[in-house]
Amino acid sequence: MALPTKLTLEIVTPDRALLTEEVDEVQVPGSEGNLGILPGHTPLLATLKVGELWYRTGQERHFLAIAFGFVEVRPDRVTILAQVAERAGEIDVTRAEGARKRAEERMSRPVPEMDFDRARIAMMKSLIRLQVANRARTRI
Amino acid sequence: MPSLIDLRRRIRAVKSTQQITKAMKMIAASRLKRAQDRVVAARPFAQRMLRVLNGLVSRVDQGVHPLLRVPPAGEGRPLLIVISADRGLCGSFNSNVLKAAGQFIVTEGRDREVALGLIGRKSRDFFRRRGFEVLFERVGLFQRLQFGDAVDLADGAMEEFTSGRVSSVYLVYNEFKSVMSQRIVVEQLLPIPRLEDVQEPQGGGVDYLYEPGPQEIFADLLPRHVQVQVYRALIESNAAFYAAQMTAMDAATRNSAEMLESLTLYMNKVRQAAITREIIEVVSGASAT
Repeated sequence: MALPTKLTLEIVTPDRALLTEEVDEVQVPGSEGNLGILPGHTPLLATLKVGELWYRTGQERHFLAIAFGFVEVRPDRVTILAQVAERAGEIDVTRAEGARKRAEERMSRPVPEMDFDRARIAMMKSLIRLQVANRARTRI
Repeated sequence: MPSLIDLRRRIRAVKSTQQITKAMKMIAASRLKRAQDRVVAARPFAQRMLRVLNGLVSRVDQGVHPLLRVPPAGEGRPLLIVISADRGLCGSFNSNVLKAAGQFIVTEGRDREVALGLIGRKSRDFFRRRGFEVLFERVGLFQRLQFGDAVDLADGAMEEFTSGRVSSVYLVYNEFKSVMSQRIVVEQLLPIPRLEDVQEPQGGGVDYLYEPGPQEIFADLLPRHVQVQVYRALIESNAAFYAAQMTAMDAATRNSAEMLESLTLYMNKVRQAAITREIIEVVSGASAT
């Protein structure tokens, strides 16, 4: 069987089906490290962490911020189910910046009843959002 | 016989009521459209999730996960999450949910108490007035409903369950069947009903690599599955609410149109009678002289 030359990338969140596209390469933030996926990949099921995802069509690379969920890989398609997924262009930079400041503040002054994990996750989410948003701006 | 002025006043009142119900119907219709779109948009996620979970079932031991553990009978009390609406004027939408919840409490709570989680102002008011013990309540959730709200609710319920404070969790809500009909469902949320090992017809027997192992992925997916279930119940109920409101307001508009018609007819008769009486008076006055 000939290997497929393209991947169908599908990203779904609980709110909406974000995108369905033919792509050449995808990199996802797996919970055990980043995974680069090319057409013809072995079937794989992996969980995701908070991180940056990109996909390439031709010479163009697109970035997304993504948080939690999992990815299902088949030789000719990649399906990503994520709790949060945002395109680089959609990210509200001021909001993410505010969230980062709040999380930073909370983590610098720990109080006993604080949910440290929650603050840490909020911090990670805002950092990734900012990073991804930055990529979008540098590319233009 | 009511006077002409009274009748006119009455007609004006009915007319303004009709304007309100007509406007409410229109608003409900446009919100229904949006709510329906959300239900449709949420479907692919839930379906894929279930497919992956079903694919995992054969590879993992279902007994070990705390969310699947069935507590021994008679231990602890069940938690019932009642999803109603915040507002009324929607026919039997709220009363149906409350009736189903009442029935559940009667049958399940014969020998033990039922803990209640209430969503929506209507259910909160109902159970609070009757002095029930309420575990948690959410009001005003539907104005800006987001997946995060469902996550909070689901996490709270899972916490209650895994800590052993409640032995099971049920949802009661209106399912959106069509614009004309809503169906009440009582659903078991926790412990998660045993998943079926369904082989997919196409691509069946795909051997996946798992990273991390299947057991870890399974454990990671189960809470998300619960969150998705709660989210689905919320948006279904939301869509059903607007459908019910639209239907109720449509009926009200039509009823007031009918009422206007009969009132106008009656008013005309009264007016005609008054004119006739006046003419008779004039004529008899003239012939007397």
